[in-house]
This record gives sequence, C-alpha cells and structure tokens, in this order.
Amino acid sequence: MKPAAFAYYEPTTKAEALELLGELRWGAKVLAGGQSLVPMMNMRLAKPEAIIDINRVKELAYIKEAEAGLMIGALTRQRAIERSRVVKKRSPLLAEAILFVGHPPIRSRGSVGGSLAHADPAAELPAVLLALDGWVHATGPSGTRRIPAAELFVGPLLTSLQPDELLTEAWFPFLPPGTGTAFLEVTRRHGDFALVGVAACLTIDQQGICTRAAVALLGAGETQVRSAQAEACLVGYQMDGQAIEAAAAAAMASLEPVGDIHGSPEYRKQVAGVLTRRALGIAWGRARRRSQL
Amino acid sequence: MIEPKTRATRARTLHLNVNGKRVAAKAEPRMLLSDFLRHELGLTGTHVGCEHGVCGCCTILYNGVPIRSCLMLAVQARGSRIVTVEGLANEDGSLHPIQQAFLDCHGLQCGFCTPGFLMATYAFLKEHSALRMTDEEIRVAIAGNLCRCTGYQGIVRAVRQAAQTMKK
Ligand SMILES: Cc1cc2nc3c(=O)[nH]c(=O)nc-3n(C[C@H](O)[C@H](O)[C@H](O)COP(=O)(O)OP(=O)(O)OC[C@H]3O[C@@H](n4cnc5c(N)ncnc54)[C@H](O)[C@@H]3O)c2cc1C
Ligand code: FES
Ligand code: FES
Repeated sequence: MKPAAFAYYEPTTKAEALELLGELRWGAKVLAGGQSLVPMMNMRLAKPEAIIDINRVKELAYIKEAEAGLMIGALTRQRAIERSRVVKKRSPLLAEAILFVGHPPIRSRGSVGGSLAHADPAAELPAVLLALDGWVHATGPSGTRRIPAAELFVGPLLTSLQPDELLTEAWFPFLPPGTGTAFLEVTRRHGDFALVGVAACLTIDQQGICTRAAVALLGAGETQVRSAQAEACLVGYQMDGQAIEAAAAAAMASLEPVGDIHGSPEYRKQVAGVLTRRALGIAWGRARRRSQL
Repeated sequence: MIEPKTRATRARTLHLNVNGKRVAAKAEPRMLLSDFLRHELGLTGTHVGCEHGVCGCCTILYNGVPIRSCLMLAVQARGSRIVTVEGLANEDGSLHPIQQAFLDCHGLQCGFCTPGFLMATYAFLKEHSALRMTDEEIRVAIAGNLCRCTGYQGIVRAVRQAAQTMKK
C-alpha cells in the first residue's frame, strides 16, 4: 500500500505546468487533490513515472460569476464550492450536489477539475455539468479548446482529455427564470460514491409548459448519462404528475446499468426510476415557486 | 528548463511546523505524509487503517483544515502547519476537552480510530457553535471516520459534551 517511485515536479504557474505536461506526456499524471489518484497509487493501480503537482498553481483556483454562468478554476476545492455564497445563489444544483461528494476532509483537498477529469461513473459533479449543458476548457500544446460535458465523459475513468492537456476551468451555465433543480442519490453509507443518483432540471413558462428538462443519471451506466427519452416526455408538455411518471418510466427503460456486489442491474434500474420521479417532483415544485404560477 | 527525472525522484529535506514546533526531515517523493509523521518524526498517534482515504484514522489538520494524511505526499507538506493528535493535550499532560469528553462518554474502546475522530471533531468544533448543533450535524461531521467498536453513540455524546465544555 505504498506508491511506486516517481519523479516529482511542483510547478507554480499554469505555463510551467503545461510545459511539464508537454515534455513528460504519457508517463506523467497531474496531481490535484489526490483524493482519487493517491489511493490508486497506494494500491499500485496507477504507477505514473512522474507527478506534476498543481497544488501550488494558485491561478487555477477561483469561482467567478460571468454573464452565462459560473467559471470555476480546476483547482478550486470542493469545500470552497460548498461554502460559496455565489454558488448557493446562482447554481443551486451544484450547491446541492457537492454535499454528496465524500466527507469534509475529502472535500478540503478534492478539486472540481480532479473530479471531472477522473470521471468516475458514480461521481456527482460530472452529472451536474451534464445536466446544465456545461463545458470545460482544456489547454495543451496547440492551445485551449472547449469540451462540452456531453463529449468529455467517454467511459469509466475515461475522458476525451489528451495526456498533454490540462483541464483549466469548468463552466456551470445559469438556467433561465422559471427553473427548478434537484439532486438525489442512494448510497450504502453516508459520503460513499452513489449506487445511483440523479440531477434534474425543469424550466416552465408562465402557462406551466415545460420548456427545458434535464435528467442526468449517475452510477447507472459506463458514464453519467442524460436520458433523452425521459426529457422527451417533459419538454413541450403541460407539467403535471402524469408527465413526471412518464419521464421516470422512460428514464428507467433507457438505462443499462452494470451490477456489482452493492447492487444488481435490476436494483439500480428500479432505484433510478424512483429517484427520477422524486427529483423531478422536487424540481417542479421549486420551478413553480420561482415562476409564481 | 525541466529538471532531469533522476533529480526529481531524489529525497529532499522538508521544513515544516508540526504541533507548533519547527521540524526538518528527509522524504522521498513517494513517501506518504502519514508515514512521514509516524516513521520520520516518530508521531505514531496518527493511525493508519486503510491507506485509501476511507477509514479516517489518519486525519490531521493541514494549514488548519482536516485532511487524510494517507492521501497526501510528505513533500506536499513542505512549509505547512500541521496539527496531529499529539498536539491536542496540554504541555503538562492534561487532556484537551475533546479527549476528556471521549474518555467521559465512552467514546472509545480499542482506540484505533480515536486519533482520527479527535482530529475530525477538533476541526468541526473550531467552526461550529455548540448551541445550534443537531445530532444529525454531528453525525455528518464525523461520517468520514469509521469505528468498529463503539457503535458511535458514545462518540456523538462526546462531541456534544466537548462542544459544551469548550464553549465555557
Ligand atoms: C473516501 C472517499 C470518498 C469519496 N467519495 C466521493 C463521492 O461520493 N463522490 C465523488 O464524486 N467523489 C468522491 N471521492 C473522490 C473525490 O471527490 C476526488 O476528489 C475526485 O474524484 C478527484 O479530485 P482530486 O482533485 O482529488 O483529483 P486527483 O485525485 O488529484 O486526480 C484524479 C485524476 O484526475 C486527473 N486530474 C486532476 N486534475 C486535473 C486537471 N486539472 N487536468 C487534467 N487532469 C487532471 C489526475 O491526473 C488523476 O488522473 C471520494 C474520495 C475518497 C477518498
Ligand atoms: S488510513 Fe487514511 S483514511 Fe484510512
Ligand atoms: S474504538 Fe475501536 S475502532 Fe473505534
């Protein structure tokens, strides 16, 4: 349970970190909060030749409010998200979901960028980014590109980031007035990765018609997934209990979860349906309160 | 210029502040902070249960925040302020109110998990007012620490008692 030997680099600027990544490429791993990478190194599931520790790159930690959404630096700690007033006010879904990520000592170190780059299929933040149609910025030798959430998560612990790219920033867009959101999950113990979870967003107009819906599920497939089938049961329809029932059934039918010792595929599917129904119900209530219907 | 790999793997001398004292010792990059504290500094109060972040036994304060010392490299702690369980009791050996509360409330049996619980509680009580604390909040605060013996009831009582005595 001790990491194998590696070369250790400690850049203090983004430029320096990028230069190192460009030079070391495949053999190197970025070390952010270390809450996923270090356990993997301790168990020798990961044996990087070199570690590029970005913890002293202060320019990568910030929460900024832009017109379109929150811009969050990759190294921003999960604990900082939890404590941020602006996150609570402007991105209630993110604020609600962050409390499900591990425990306070995990969140003190764990970073937003690390969680997205690690891409555990049961992690909360990727589902939030997907539900909000967010994106990340990644910088490599050929410049910076924008990767939409839908193209970032490719498989279990697999993203479309290149080995010489640094995830620098995540964008969590704001949703229009008349939106309600909710996050729910089921775990074996408090703070564990979810067996199944859901991030739900509903936007309704003055007549109570749904104009935007997002149902993003975690722990129910190879990656976090948006259920297009569930969303199709909502958008364009008058919101009511029946629409929610239909969406929950569609979400359940659209999934092909993998089973493990903690839950069979059937169990996960069932729970996904139940959580979708509950989360949509909560989101709908919140949307109504906001649009004063 | 990038440092050659051979140099980047070498052990280096770290200077840091542990429990209010300045210390210096050598560590290879791959040495975990938990092992550095135990083996290089002889501070064996920080226990190591799982070495992958799950049990919470190795919880310490790093620049004032609670962290898992098994998930941090010793080299990352260069220049930091660290508090371990050895830093809780007073110079004369009398117990810290949190330690006293665990003793009074039967908050430990074998004691393996106790250093982690004490440090997690310490971090929590630095920030929370005892008066408005619910049982639920206490349980969430210590949910990242596992105990195989006590059944947690005594621990929750101990946290509440500590909060009250520290308030006085
Ligand atoms: C006990 C425990 C419980 C946990 N529970 C949960 C949970 O319920 N939900 C959850 O979501 N997570 C959970 N986690 C994981 C935690 O949230 C991690 O913090 C997160 O997965 C990774 O973030 P990190 O900053 O620690 O990244 P690291 O561990 O440092 O890195 C993870 C991976 O991402 C890469 N990486 C990191 N930053 C960048 C970057 N900027 N650019 C490119 N690549 C990068 C690294 O190279 C590495 O491959 C738990 C962890 C523990 C130990
Ligand atoms: S030894 Fe660090 S959390 Fe278990
Ligand atoms: S007292 Fe034995 S594990 Fe907690």
